[in-house]
Amino acid sequence: MNEKFETHEHDVLIIGAGGAGLRAAIEALGQGATVAVVCKSLLGKAHTVMAEGGIAAAMANVDQADDWRTHFRDTMRGGKFLNNWRMAHIHAHESPERVRELEQWGALFDRTSSGDILQRAFGGHTFKRLCHVGDRTGLEMIRTLQDRGVNLGIDVYMECAVTRLLKDGERVSGALAYWRETGRFVVFKAKSIVIATGGIGKAWRITSNSWEYTGDGMALAYDAGAELMDMEFVQFHPTGMVWPPGVQGILVTEAVRGEGGVLRNKDGERFMERYDPDKMELSTRDVVARAIYTEVREGRGTEHGGAYLDISHRPAEYVKRKLPSMYHQFRELADVDITEGPMEVGPTCHYMMGGIRVEAETAQTTVPGLFAAGEAAAGLHGANRLGGNSLSDLLVFGRRAGLSAAEHAKQSGQVTIEAQDVLEATREMLEPFERPAGESPYDIHRDLQETMHNYVGIFRNEDDLKKGLSELDSLKARAEDVRVEGSRLFNPGWHLARDLKAMLTVSEAVALSALERQESRGAHSRIDYPNYNEGWSKQNNIIARGEHGMQLKQRSTEEMPAELQRILEGQ
Amino acid sequence: MSDAIFKIFRGDRGGGKLVEYQVPIAPGMVVLDALHYIQAHQAPDLAVRWNCKAGKCGSCSAEVNGRPRLTCKTRMDALPLNEPITVQPMKSFPIIRDLVTDVSWNYRVNRKIPPFTPRADVEWKMGQRDVDRVQEFRKCIECFLCQDVCHVLRDHDKGEQFGGPRFFVRIAGLEMHPLDRLSRTDLLKNEMGIGLCNITKCCTEVCPEDIHITDNAIIPLKERVVDDYYDPVRWFLRKIKRQPKDK
Repeated sequence: MNEKFETHEHDVLIIGAGGAGLRAAIEALGQGATVAVVCKSLLGKAHTVMAEGGIAAAMANVDQADDWRTHFRDTMRGGKFLNNWRMAHIHAHESPERVRELEQWGALFDRTSSGDILQRAFGGHTFKRLCHVGDRTGLEMIRTLQDRGVNLGIDVYMECAVTRLLKDGERVSGALAYWRETGRFVVFKAKSIVIATGGIGKAWRITSNSWEYTGDGMALAYDAGAELMDMEFVQFHPTGMVWPPGVQGILVTEAVRGEGGVLRNKDGERFMERYDPDKMELSTRDVVARAIYTEVREGRGTEHGGAYLDISHRPAEYVKRKLPSMYHQFRELADVDITEGPMEVGPTCHYMMGGIRVEAETAQTTVPGLFAAGEAAAGLHGANRLGGNSLSDLLVFGRRAGLSAAEHAKQSGQVTIEAQDVLEATREMLEPFERPAGESPYDIHRDLQETMHNYVGIFRNEDDLKKGLSELDSLKARAEDVRVEGSRLFNPGWHLARDLKAMLTVSEAVALSALERQESRGAHSRIDYPNYNEGWSKQNNIIARGEHGMQLKQRSTEEMPAELQRILEGQ
Repeated sequence: MSDAIFKIFRGDRGGGKLVEYQVPIAPGMVVLDALHYIQAHQAPDLAVRWNCKAGKCGSCSAEVNGRPRLTCKTRMDALPLNEPITVQPMKSFPIIRDLVTDVSWNYRVNRKIPPFTPRADVEWKMGQRDVDRVQEFRKCIECFLCQDVCHVLRDHDKGEQFGGPRFFVRIAGLEMHPLDRLSRTDLLKNEMGIGLCNITKCCTEVCPEDIHITDNAIIPLKERVVDDYYDPVRWFLRKIKRQPKDK
């Protein structure tokens, strides 16, 4: 290998240090593998930290009738049956054990009166199922995993960003990354790689996601030859903040509705009665997001273009205890006391159901040695994710990815990295500094966010999607000429120039898939095709890199065994 | 809408200076919004750490008009706008660039702390009342503002002998976990230097999570150290057993 680059060698390289990445690392380490975790931010700042409502697991601590079958059925129904049923099955089975394990590693959940883990109601879940810590469950989870992992001895490379996966023939052999602090390049050599980089929310203007959420892992996998699946299914969370402007999109946890919060339009009407009279505010996220959007579009929105969400009928002390961060968030950022009056909320881009196509049991992608878990992977959530199923997803499939990656590394011979590939990857990174003229990455990013917001948003139609795709083409061309000012020392403009490429790749995959699916299902709503289409009910859109750019094909879902089918048909 | 004038530290380990920027004010705007505006329009290479922009991740710590703050929670309308707003990096940590500091020391300190260790054959039942007090400590978002303001670290640079408020909070969370069986008083006294804290409560004042760091974490831990090391009976027992509780 090339001597001039700092190089680290591990059995397993994990990209991303959120719940999935850390859980994978703990498992791979337990298998005796040497493990590196690379993350763009400081350890403990990944998006998992922002998860609020809870972890869905059929522990039946509160509602004794709950079991894995009901959780499986709820997940499949929520996903409009497009889910990979194998994943939904594994997930419903294993979540309780993963939660108990977290508790045994030191996590402190809220308790029932008998001393067990307390569970709360959430949209689409038949029973009270979400294990939680007030409204800061993600923080508890990431801190627990972080401390466990560090104590076991994972090597964490913080503020280090991967720009390319390197291959040895068909299989992966490592990655090129740069240190954000110094801008120096670093080469990771590994037999197995786990992608746990989360989603792509930063491609939209209004989003609950942080700067890290730029689809890196999906783009890295795609560039390395892996398949992406279900990319048209982007979840808009119904309740983001809408005012003041600077906080637009920041998440308002579904736990507000789980604890009894009520949605009203400007006329005071409890409008969910018209959209889902049975489940009301606890309908699935796709339904509630469309309902709020529709209320606003039809002129019944609040002053700042949202809906009212009110929890003030609950005792003030209860609200402060169960929703402390919401209380502080609104008091400090919006001058609203949620124990006294309603919040203003509206949809915000939140989660990617689609992602890298993986095998359910092993989290293996179509590229040998490459694994994916968490939001970066596709399958579990189908066309729409239920709240609370993300944190359990991270634990269940993070663990499986770590296990499989360690096993793969054990069986794998030495891998090599081609010096030429490394050089080419570094050249690509340095080009934006060398251009005498060119656009700022911030300008292109802003235009990308407008494009996705306007043409690939909650409601879609053929004209908009085509327009969006053509805009994406011109944005790609502009990104080719992006220019970066300053040095390589902690330079956010330079970092954005790289992340922009990933966002553009993944955004194209989203728009292409959305154009192709001529029906409405779950989070994908086509105004020109407003109903389910039976022909699409068992088809996943698959995106892969072809000789002439992005290629799309369909793949039929696997037939479900009769015994699982019977569970779905039950009540 | 009027403009605000910012004076932001630009520089690196080799030095730097305050640079002035003019930013239009929007309703409800926070300092981090202004930093993003400057990045997008005037200084694309302005180095800033941030993630959630909602006060949940603790990434965007800096000193605004000399006070350690999360920039995502510092409202512009709470600052005097008739004079420039200064934004500087946290003083207690070595600077990397602009507002970004090297906080890796915190992660090294954290490694010294023995993990949660449950009692054998424990039944996993806990009352909410027992959990409440530990959950307060678990709210910590690791913004390190308490470390930044603590004079033992800030003025006396005792990082080698002193763990700092953040890690007293973390240790308190372990020590008071209803099912944990370890004692960490040895670590607190010797490696974490808890005795150096003279309870001025500066850490509590800056904590964005309102954790009562001094009253609920540090003072009870100091008492445990005193009990284990300076109570004559326990001192004698320790002499014959060598270690307080099981280690």
